Amino acid sequence: MVLPLLTNQQVNTTQLLKMTGIHKSFSGVKVLSDVQFELRAGEVHVLAGENGAGKSTLIKILAGVHTDYLGQILLNSKPVRFASIHEAAGAGISVIHQELSLVPSMTIAENIFLGREKSCGPWLNKKKMTAEARKLLSEIGLNVDVTKNLSNYPLTIQQMVEICKALAFDCRIIVMDEPTSALTDVEVEKLFSIIDKLKKSGCGIIYISHKMEEIYSIGDRITVLRDGAYVGTASATQLDRDKLVKWMVGRELNQQFPRHKSAAGQVRLKVDSFTLADPAGKPIPAVNNVSFNVHSGEILGIAGLQGSGNSELLNGIFGTYGTQNFGDFELDGRPYKPKTPANAISKGISLLTNDRKANGLVLTMNIIENTTLASLKNFSPFGWLMPKKEFKSAAEQKELLNLKAASLKMSVDTLSGGNQQKVVMAKWIETRPKVLLLDEPTRGVDVGAKHEIYELMNKWTSQGIAIILITSEMPELLAMSDRIIVMHRGSVTAQFNFGEATQEKILRAAMGLQMK
Amino acid sequence: MTKQDSTEKSLNLSSENWFLSPTARALGALIIVFVLGLAFNADGAFLKWGTHRDMLRAVSVYGILSCGMTLVIISGGIDLSVGSILALTAVCFSLFSIHKNIAVSLSIIGCLIIGSLCGIFSGAVISRFRIQPFIATLAMMVFARGMAKWISGGQKISTAVRQVDGSYKYVDVPHVFNLINSKVMSDNLSVVTLIFFVCLVISWIFLIKLRYGRYIYAIGGNEEAACLSGVPVGWIKILAYGMSGLFCAIAGICQAAQEMQGDPEAGMAYELSAIAMVVIGGTSLQGGRGGIWLTLIGVLTIGYLEKILSINAVGEDKRLMLTAVIIIAAVLLQKTKK
Repeated sequence: MVLPLLTNQQVNTTQLLKMTGIHKSFSGVKVLSDVQFELRAGEVHVLAGENGAGKSTLIKILAGVHTDYLGQILLNSKPVRFASIHEAAGAGISVIHQELSLVPSMTIAENIFLGREKSCGPWLNKKKMTAEARKLLSEIGLNVDVTKNLSNYPLTIQQMVEICKALAFDCRIIVMDEPTSALTDVEVEKLFSIIDKLKKSGCGIIYISHKMEEIYSIGDRITVLRDGAYVGTASATQLDRDKLVKWMVGRELNQQFPRHKSAAGQVRLKVDSFTLADPAGKPIPAVNNVSFNVHSGEILGIAGLQGSGNSELLNGIFGTYGTQNFGDFELDGRPYKPKTPANAISKGISLLTNDRKANGLVLTMNIIENTTLASLKNFSPFGWLMPKKEFKSAAEQKELLNLKAASLKMSVDTLSGGNQQKVVMAKWIETRPKVLLLDEPTRGVDVGAKHEIYELMNKWTSQGIAIILITSEMPELLAMSDRIIVMHRGSVTAQFNFGEATQEKILRAAMGLQMK
Repeated sequence: MTKQDSTEKSLNLSSENWFLSPTARALGALIIVFVLGLAFNADGAFLKWGTHRDMLRAVSVYGILSCGMTLVIISGGIDLSVGSILALTAVCFSLFSIHKNIAVSLSIIGCLIIGSLCGIFSGAVISRFRIQPFIATLAMMVFARGMAKWISGGQKISTAVRQVDGSYKYVDVPHVFNLINSKVMSDNLSVVTLIFFVCLVISWIFLIKLRYGRYIYAIGGNEEAACLSGVPVGWIKILAYGMSGLFCAIAGICQAAQEMQGDPEAGMAYELSAIAMVVIGGTSLQGGRGGIWLTLIGVLTIGYLEKILSINAVGEDKRLMLTAVIIIAAVLLQKTKK
C-alpha cells in the first residue's frame, strides 16, 4: 500500500466524511437525535462523551451495523447508505474494537488477509501474502515474524496487526474505539507514532477514549455527544479540559481526583518475600521476592508496565493460582496463606479483577444475583435462599453506589460499563472485606462514574478498609495512592510516599532504569 | 415506597417483554403442537383424557432423565451417560428385588446409590482432571452399559429365575413393580407420571430455592467469575452430575417396573431424547440460562407430537422425520431476533 503524501493544504481541507441529522431509536427509545459529525483527511477527530452518550451507536451506523436510521452520510461528498458491515468495509471504513476481531490460532499474515486472501485460482498465494504482510508491518515500524501464530504475541502487537489489516484493505477512515485500554504507556507511544504516520498518509481517524491525557496528546479536533445529542465540535487547542468535561457531563467537576487523605491505621496486610511462579509456565517468576505492608485506611498503589507482575501479585494474594507460592503473610496480625479465592473471601480479602466481562460478572444473571454471588452463604442459612433479604441488600448497594438501572432484576449485560463496574464493586463490598484489591477499577468507565468510584474508594478507606490499587492511568495512580510501589519484571524497583512520585520517576522505575 | 416502586417497575418491564421471554417462546411451540392435535384429533381420540394420560405415562421416564439433564446443561455441561445408567440401575433393581430377594426398600436405596455414584464419578473426572463433559460422560456411557451387561450376564433379568438344576422357575414380581405400573386418582394418572412430577419439584427446589442451584447457574454463565467469587466450582459440578445420576436411577427403577424386567439393552439413545427435550424447552446448551419448567414444556411438546402422530396412525419412519423438523423449528422460535 502506498498512499500519496498530501500537502498541508490538502490535509486541512479534504473532507472525507460528513454525517448530518442522524437520528436513531431502539424500540421507541431515542438514543441519537440530530447528531452531526465531520471528518477530514489527515486528522484525528476525537469522539468524546460519557458511556451511554451515543458514541458507539454513531460508530455502528457508520460501520453498517445499524441500518435503520434517519439522516444523511456523505462519504467523499457522495451520499451513501450502508446496508451491511461488508458494504461499509468495502467503502474504506474500518473499525478497530476494544475486543479484537482476529483469530489467535492463525498466523499474522493469514490474519491480515483474512477474508481477502491473495490467490491463484483455488490456490492460496502464501508467498505473496507473507511478503505483503511483511511490507505493511515494516511500514508502520513493526518487526515481527508474520508466519508465526498471532497468539505468540502480546496484545499490543495484535492491535497493530489489526491496524495493518485495515491498511491492507486501503481504508481511509479508521475508527479506534478505546484502543489503549489494554496497553501500557510504552505501547501507547508506539500506537501514537503509527497514528501519526496514518495521518500523514491522508487517513482520517475517529478516536474514542476516556483518557484525558490521550485526547489532548493525539486529538486534532474534538466532538462531544451527551445523552444522544450533539454538543459541539472544537479544535483540541481551543477546548480546555474543564470545558471538555463540562461539555461531556453538563456540569463542572470541581476536582478530578478527590482523594481525601485519611489517617492510616494499623497494618492490615503484611506481605513478606512473596514469590510466585509464572502461571503461564515461563521460567522467570511472575512475582519475585516482593514485600510490603498495607495499613487500614490506606490506598497502596502498585505501578508497572504490562508483564511487570502487578496483576499476578494481586491474584497470587487472592489465591487465584492456588497454593503454589512462597512467602509469609499476615492479615490483621494473624498468619494467612493464599489457597483459593473462597478462602481469601472468607478471611476478608476481595479482588476486583481487571476484566469485568471475562471474570468479574456472570452476564447471564441479574443485578441481585451478581451482587450476592460472593457472599451467598450469608443469604442462605442451611442452603435455603432468602430472596427478600437478597433484594434488600442489593437495593441498599444500588443506593450506596448510585447504580443506575431500571430494575434490580435487569440482566447485567444490558448495563453500561460504569454501572457494570458498580455491580462488581457491590458484590465485593457485600463480602465485608478488610483488604480490597482493585485491578484497574476505572477501565472502560466514563468520566462521571470514574469520579464516583474515587469517592467510593475514599469512603471505604475511611471505614478502615485497606485498598491495593493497580491502574494504568498514571494521573489516577499519582492522585489516589497514599503510597506507591513500582514493579518491574516481578520485583519491586521503587517506593514512593504521597507527593514524592512523578510520572517520570515511576516510568523509569517501571522500565527497570536505575534511580538517580 | 421506593421498594414498592421498583418492584412494580420490574413487573411492568417483565410484562412488556413477556411475549419474548423464553417461557413464552417455548409455550409457543407447545401450543402449536396442541392445536395440531385438536385439528387432527383422530375422530375425537385427542379429546379424551385417557390419551393425555397415556402420553404422560410414555414420556415420564424420559422426563425424569431430562430433570437431571437440565441441571447439567445449565451448569454448562452435558451428560451422555443417562441412558446407560438407566439400564444399569434397571438391571440392578431387578436383580436385587426379583432374583436376590432383597427387601424392596434396600433395593431402591442401593440403586439410587449406584446411579448417584456413576454421576459423581463423571463429575469428579470432569472437575478434577478438567476433561470435557462430553468425553467424560461418553466414557461413563460406555462403562455403565458394559457394567449392566456384565452384571446381567447379557440376559434380561426377568421373572424367570434359573434354579440350581438348570431349569427355570417363574416367580412373582415384588409388589412395588405393580405399584409403579398402576394408576391413581380413579385411573386418571399413572404413578410414573407422579414420580416425574416429584422429580420436577425436587429439581425446581434445588435450582431456584437452594444456594447450590444458584451456583449452578453462575458456573454455567461464567465459570471463571464464579470461581473468583468463591463458588466451589468442582464440588458443584460433582453435585450436578451426581443429581443427574440419581434421577437416572429413579428412571431406571420405573423402567424396570414398566417392563417387569431389567434389560441391559434398555435406554439406548435416551440421552439424545433427554437433551432434545431440554433444548426444545429453551435451556441454552451454552449454560447459565434455562429452567426446569421450560424442560417440562419441552417434554410435553415432544410427548404430544409423538402421540398425535401415533393416534393418526403415522408410521415410525415419518414420526422420526417430523420430530427432527419440530426440534429445529422450536429452537428457531427461541432464537432472539436482532
